[in-house]
Amino acid sequence: MHTLVLTKGVPDFREGQVSFDEDGHLERGKTPTVMNPNDKHALEAALQTKVRHGGTVSLMSMGPPGYKEVLQEGMADVYADDLYLLSDREMGAADTWATSITLSTGIDHLDDEPDIVFAGFKTADGETGHTGPQTCWCQDWPIVTHVVALDIDEEERTLRAKRLVEGDVEEIETVEAPLPCFVVADPEFEPTYRKADHRLRHKDLRAETQERAENFEDHLEVYDQEELNLDPDFIGLDGSPTIVAGVDPIPKAPSEREATMVDPGDEAGMASVFEELEPYAEAD
Amino acid sequence: MTDDYEHYEAVVVGAGPGGAAAAATLAQNGVETLVLERGVESGSKNVSGGLIYAEESAPYTIDGLFPNFRTEASERPVTEYYLHNVAGRKVKTIDLTDLHEHDTMWSDAVLRRHMDSWLEDRVHEVTRETGGGLLTGVRVDGLLREAGEIVGVTCEELDPIKADAIIAADGVNSELARDAGLMDWEDPEEWFQGVKAIVDMPEGAVAERFGVADDEGVAHLFSGDLFEGVRGGGFLYTNDDSLSIGTVFHLDSLVAEEAEPHELLDALLTHPLLDQWLQGEYEELEYGAKLVPDSKKAAHPSPHRGRLMLVGDAAGQMQAQGPIIKGMNHAVSAGALAAEAFSEAQTRDRPAEAGQRYETKLRDEGVMKKLRPTPYKIASAVGENDAVASMTDSLVDSSLGKLGIKAADRLGLLGRSFNSPFVMSVMPDTRTPYVTAPTAIAEALGTPVRAENDVEPPDLADRIGDLTYDVGDPHIELQDNSYEASGAAVAACPVSAKDFGGGCYRDETVKTNGHEEHLVSLDTQPCVECGTCAIVADTEWEHPAGGKGVEFKQG
Ligand SMILES: Cc1cc2nc3c(=O)[nH]c(=O)nc-3n(C[C@H](O)[C@H](O)[C@H](O)COP(=O)(O)OP(=O)(O)OC[C@H]3O[C@@H](n4cnc5c(N)ncnc54)[C@H](O)[C@@H]3O)c2cc1C
Ligand code: SF4
Repeated sequence: MHTLVLTKGVPDFREGQVSFDEDGHLERGKTPTVMNPNDKHALEAALQTKVRHGGTVSLMSMGPPGYKEVLQEGMADVYADDLYLLSDREMGAADTWATSITLSTGIDHLDDEPDIVFAGFKTADGETGHTGPQTCWCQDWPIVTHVVALDIDEEERTLRAKRLVEGDVEEIETVEAPLPCFVVADPEFEPTYRKADHRLRHKDLRAETQERAENFEDHLEVYDQEELNLDPDFIGLDGSPTIVAGVDPIPKAPSEREATMVDPGDEAGMASVFEELEPYAEAD
Repeated sequence: MTDDYEHYEAVVVGAGPGGAAAAATLAQNGVETLVLERGVESGSKNVSGGLIYAEESAPYTIDGLFPNFRTEASERPVTEYYLHNVAGRKVKTIDLTDLHEHDTMWSDAVLRRHMDSWLEDRVHEVTRETGGGLLTGVRVDGLLREAGEIVGVTCEELDPIKADAIIAADGVNSELARDAGLMDWEDPEEWFQGVKAIVDMPEGAVAERFGVADDEGVAHLFSGDLFEGVRGGGFLYTNDDSLSIGTVFHLDSLVAEEAEPHELLDALLTHPLLDQWLQGEYEELEYGAKLVPDSKKAAHPSPHRGRLMLVGDAAGQMQAQGPIIKGMNHAVSAGALAAEAFSEAQTRDRPAEAGQRYETKLRDEGVMKKLRPTPYKIASAVGENDAVASMTDSLVDSSLGKLGIKAADRLGLLGRSFNSPFVMSVMPDTRTPYVTAPTAIAEALGTPVRAENDVEPPDLADRIGDLTYDVGDPHIELQDNSYEASGAAVAACPVSAKDFGGGCYRDETVKTNGHEEHLVSLDTQPCVECGTCAIVADTEWEHPAGGKGVEFKQG
């Protein structure tokens, strides 16, 4: 079983990491790049597949050379075997459409066609959720989105997935799809390892990956424009039909509020609290 | 249905010394072995004194099974061994090095987190080669049965697993032994409760304060009147850069005296005698507790049923040889013998004979004789008879007794009898050897300690606060919350106390319709999983799920 995970580097939006200039623009140079948090679920789904069915996991990303470290992080997390970075100046400033075309070409370029491609559920910077489905569309494969649990029948070459229906957490449907297939893992995806054998293999993988992740560059291939032989009109800025008309910062909630401190022991004070609250109390 | 279940030739439950020895021996014999341990890491659930012994007469030793154990997994070897008889400030010290060295190849102090996690790596490596391996964070919660026969184990975190042999090395309060009906958790007289503090020592302080070289260590034992008359004693062992200071008491005595275990520990920690070693400084690294079975009463003579074999504490194989506590070494022997028994039975294509072979080996290798000495049975039948016990007790305490003590000391008899392994292993479980005699000895022969020991051990709230917990669902349920049924736990639980609201057990008076009820309530959050309330209170008692509950860093 060969699985491929599509992953992306995003600015680390966590407090203390992210940095904005005076106009509220993100300062890329001062903000570290990390793996898109939602891709973690795709990685877990791929790892579960590897643990249960063996085979290899590859990670692929399109982005600047700095994304190598993102791939390394992914390798350590998911015990991946190979890393692919699609990187070239020409590919820069791509929107989700141009990115999908590039990724799809990258997938076709692999020696060993993946049985499943896993994508995370939308990125923390773009928030579109387009790239996975569009890449799948380019491949002309089936796609199962919002996957929370996964089972694979290697002999029948099918997968059976439980997926959340339209954002309603309560509703789960089970679907079957032929391989190869695209799978978008939902943030609710939970890997399960209920066999001792699976946990032991998981442990083996962890032990053997440490060294690989340290020397990750030995397992990394960088595909540039020349290698992929992409039509310049379909990639990078030129290949991106999206036009960003403007960006409005989300106004911050006011930090000042009026407050009155009341000592719970102060009876008169507490009486006034109840008085204030009374209008809000539900009438019987 | 059960055909879908995973199958291993052997499943070992628990990765303490018993489980590690069993698994390593099984692997050596080419048996496909799966080891399941509930802690996040082996050792994270375990508390011991602990001096691990390698006995000359034992069929197996830990360093025999795991080369480099002593250099990599243990702390200091014990090169000196003393017993301090205490009466107030008066102390009479007896050198017990002879008793300690009897049948001893070596004996090292250990800290269980370090020791067991070291063993974990080795065990995983050798069992992995057989197609099995060691998994942590998995709690076995019962036996899998088919048509009434034990065929495997059930786990909280995994689907059921079938096995040709199941070795329960799950320690004291073994849920598997209980499930198989081999052990019950009824009688406080069959148990001790051990409580321990690990105390940090500045670099070089152990060598300086105890007068030992880097490759030497000391064991100090304490008995007499410093423990409110509770039967038992205290210990202090030197680690590389810390001290293990603790107490071990008969559980029935602790309950009868309504003593608070942490206060008894504090009585030892703050005794003037300890000033020479603590020197006014006290930083507690960890507080922990665990029950300890008393093999004389609890060791199961036939610790197997079907494919299940019990080893170590799970089978009650914990020997209190007077003040010397030997549990880990017997767990190692028993674990390896059970493994040997299964692999022989399997080779002969009669796996069902493993249990009987194991029982025979325990007897033939002399393990059972140490655990349940026949002379003890005779001596205790007489000595533990109430009338005889109180007569002996008052005799020792009388002026005639004290005269006798002085005479015995002059003749060298006192030191000789304390150093006699025979006398020590047949000593009756009465107040006399634990409290009255040591106190009388100290009064008759002791010298007063002049130093002041003003260290202040942390209170219970701080002790609990310093522990690491990953709190899961409550794992103990009170079946009967009346004070009569479960009130003993309020004092006996090592993280609860009568006047402390932040522990597990609380004493409550509830007024309903004009009449008052005396009840207890339970909150398992601060539980250190010692097992005490499984015996002294009316509870439905289980261990927490894999990886949940308290995590000891020292042990
Ligand atoms: C304060 C104190 C002082 C002591 N001093 C000494 C001493 O000086 N010398 C000495 O030799 N002995 C001493 N002992 C006794 C000694 O610690 C035990 O006899 C010894 O640890 C028994 O080893 P074992 O392998 O049988 O069990 P343990 O060491 O208790 O190991 C049992 C293992 O099983 C795991 N487990 C339990 N239930 C499950 C489950 N359901 N599923 C999966 N895993 C499970 C536990 O997490 C644990 O790792 C002392 C004990 C105490 C409390
Ligand atoms: S609640 Fe029970 S098992 Fe937990 S620490 Fe207290 S006595 Fe021990």
